[in-house]
Amino acid sequence: MANFWASYAWPTVLTAAEVLAVIVPLLVAIAYLTYAERKVLAAMQLRKGPNVVGPFGLLQPFADGLKLFIKETVIPSGANRVVFILAPVLTFTLSLIAWAVIPFAQGVVIANINVGLLYLFAISSLGVYGIIIAGWASNSRYAFLGALRSAAQMVSYEVAAGFVLVTVLLCAGSLNLSKIVLAQRHIWFAVPLLPMFVVFYISGLAETNRTPFDLPEGESELVAGYFVEYSAMAFALFYLGEYGNILLVSAMSSVLFLGGWLPPFPVAPFTWVPGPLWFAFKVAVLAFGFLWVRATFPRFRYDQLMRLGWKVFLPLSLGWLVLTAGVLLVLGWLPAH
Amino acid sequence: MIVEAIAFYIFAAVAVGAGVGVIAARNPIHSVLFLILAFFSSAGLFVLMGAEFLAMILVIVYVGAVAVLFLFVVMMLDIDFRRLRSGFMRYLPVGAGIGILLFAELVLVFASSEAPRAALPSALARGGASISNTRALGEILYTRYIIAFEGAGLILLVAMIGAIVLTLRRRPDLRRQKVPEQLARRKEDSLEVVKVPIGEGIS
Amino acid sequence: MAFLKESARSLLLVELLEGLGVTLRYLLKRPVTVNYPHEKGPLSPRFRGEHALRRYPNGEERCIACKLCEAICPALAITIEAEPREDGSRRTTRYDIDMTKCIYCGFCQEACPVDAIVEGPNFEFAALTREELYYDKEKLLANGDRWEEEIAKNLELEAPYR
Repeated sequence: MANFWASYAWPTVLTAAEVLAVIVPLLVAIAYLTYAERKVLAAMQLRKGPNVVGPFGLLQPFADGLKLFIKETVIPSGANRVVFILAPVLTFTLSLIAWAVIPFAQGVVIANINVGLLYLFAISSLGVYGIIIAGWASNSRYAFLGALRSAAQMVSYEVAAGFVLVTVLLCAGSLNLSKIVLAQRHIWFAVPLLPMFVVFYISGLAETNRTPFDLPEGESELVAGYFVEYSAMAFALFYLGEYGNILLVSAMSSVLFLGGWLPPFPVAPFTWVPGPLWFAFKVAVLAFGFLWVRATFPRFRYDQLMRLGWKVFLPLSLGWLVLTAGVLLVLGWLPAH
Repeated sequence: MIVEAIAFYIFAAVAVGAGVGVIAARNPIHSVLFLILAFFSSAGLFVLMGAEFLAMILVIVYVGAVAVLFLFVVMMLDIDFRRLRSGFMRYLPVGAGIGILLFAELVLVFASSEAPRAALPSALARGGASISNTRALGEILYTRYIIAFEGAGLILLVAMIGAIVLTLRRRPDLRRQKVPEQLARRKEDSLEVVKVPIGEGIS
Repeated sequence: MAFLKESARSLLLVELLEGLGVTLRYLLKRPVTVNYPHEKGPLSPRFRGEHALRRYPNGEERCIACKLCEAICPALAITIEAEPREDGSRRTTRYDIDMTKCIYCGFCQEACPVDAIVEGPNFEFAALTREELYYDKEKLLANGDRWEEEIAKNLELEAPYR
């Protein structure tokens, strides 16, 4: 019995506690990202944004959540019930489980697996299913068109993002995210790989279906795209999933290019701030970028979006990958095993 | 470890169940979804075997790209699947025959499994602790099987080019957006401010 | 040279960054929001809001049932019925305005020879049912009593231009 406790029950409890310790702050961060988005957009449009519920409107996300919670979940009569419910659950789950491999500080990570980078890439490539299933199961033309657009868009931009990841991989010499961060001790990858950082960030905008690539939603022609038919908590899960993905892409960018938990300079005033705070700060700045971009740029047309993905980003990232590999090989800077 | 055994049986059962679902589901979309579930469970099995690199690649390539295209095609095509299914009993013997043949081949492979396993470096065969299986896989792919690997890549490239050549239609009357031209356009090139004398107009 | 400059502009995303700069500048500006239920924007004396029927200072209603407003109303929102009162003066027995039809053009108050029907400064008369928006004479007179002060002031301010 003691053996059972020591080898099974206790590790399970510990893991569950770790998972909660990541998910609860994450959910709060997602809730406040929606608030931040409304505030930032409002400020950029010379408005005030939510300011009624609680001081400075700080309780607004909870009011919104409560509202969605007590609403009725409407399932269209022509919909495929099981798949219809499965889609938002899938989207939300995928946006959460990717966090298992994100290192918050040296050794502070739920699962320090060897193929963390591939895991992240796999999870983000699964994200398309929630959307495509939602669009199909709704049995609605708008939803279906939105889902098709979204799926094509995510698959296209994943290619460029994949090459960017390979570039980072070449420089770091490991698929383990903690090791990738530690490989940036001397210089963040964003400096030598700046074009790749920009390509990755913009591909991130496309993969999370955010402006200027939000035409799966396309409210002017598709009403709301793949989640037109969703209401109440099912809609809330899509909504939370979208913001969870924003944070995830920001976290990925900061781990891969901005040195994760590392301070910008390893000298006195910067090293006083603990690692997780640096990490959170970088994620917040990158997430702010998402909101900033939304306030600034109009939506792409669909052919322009495809042109950017396939004719600009793909050759650019492929070329930079070859260049990086060549430079590393010629100068003998390949990371040692 | 008992946990690993439980996980193995769960993944295996789900994979087999999903495989049955693929051919049993009435709705083709459900078939594809079952197929994805089968891929996913196989990825889980790979992880249990210590081949996490293969598992991730399986998810990225098959689930993330190939199955999406399947789903696309099945959703877009308006096929009457009931008619396609009508000859089920007629083709059953042929299908069963192929199935038995495949099974027999598998049995043969496993019965004579000494040979291929001995050919692999021991590190890959047993997922050695000293060397990550990603590296082991890379080393074996890019040294011993380099010709086969690059050949496979070349074949895929040829297939891709072939598909493009077959489907590319030249339409000279199509007016496309020329982004560089639009970007290079300047006010000075396209706009002229003219003082029009009263009553004369411009010619 | 120009080609190089153009390529550099596109590759370095110069124009996108300029756009981001504009929004960032706006982020730091003061919001122009009027905090509506607590603050309100200024209203012109010519503002055409909810209708009201006015009275003379002695309490006598102004309307003489000439039906000019009913005639001019382009939305046919006004319905008037009239007959002589006991003292022989001509008064309305019914004066209805269907506020769901009204387009707030202000022709009725321009047509009125005795300044009886006016559009007051009130614009917060949303209702939960349509019935509440079918105004009758009683409601309009009550409006007149309630808003008389503002209406009189607005009419006085407007007088030079009429």
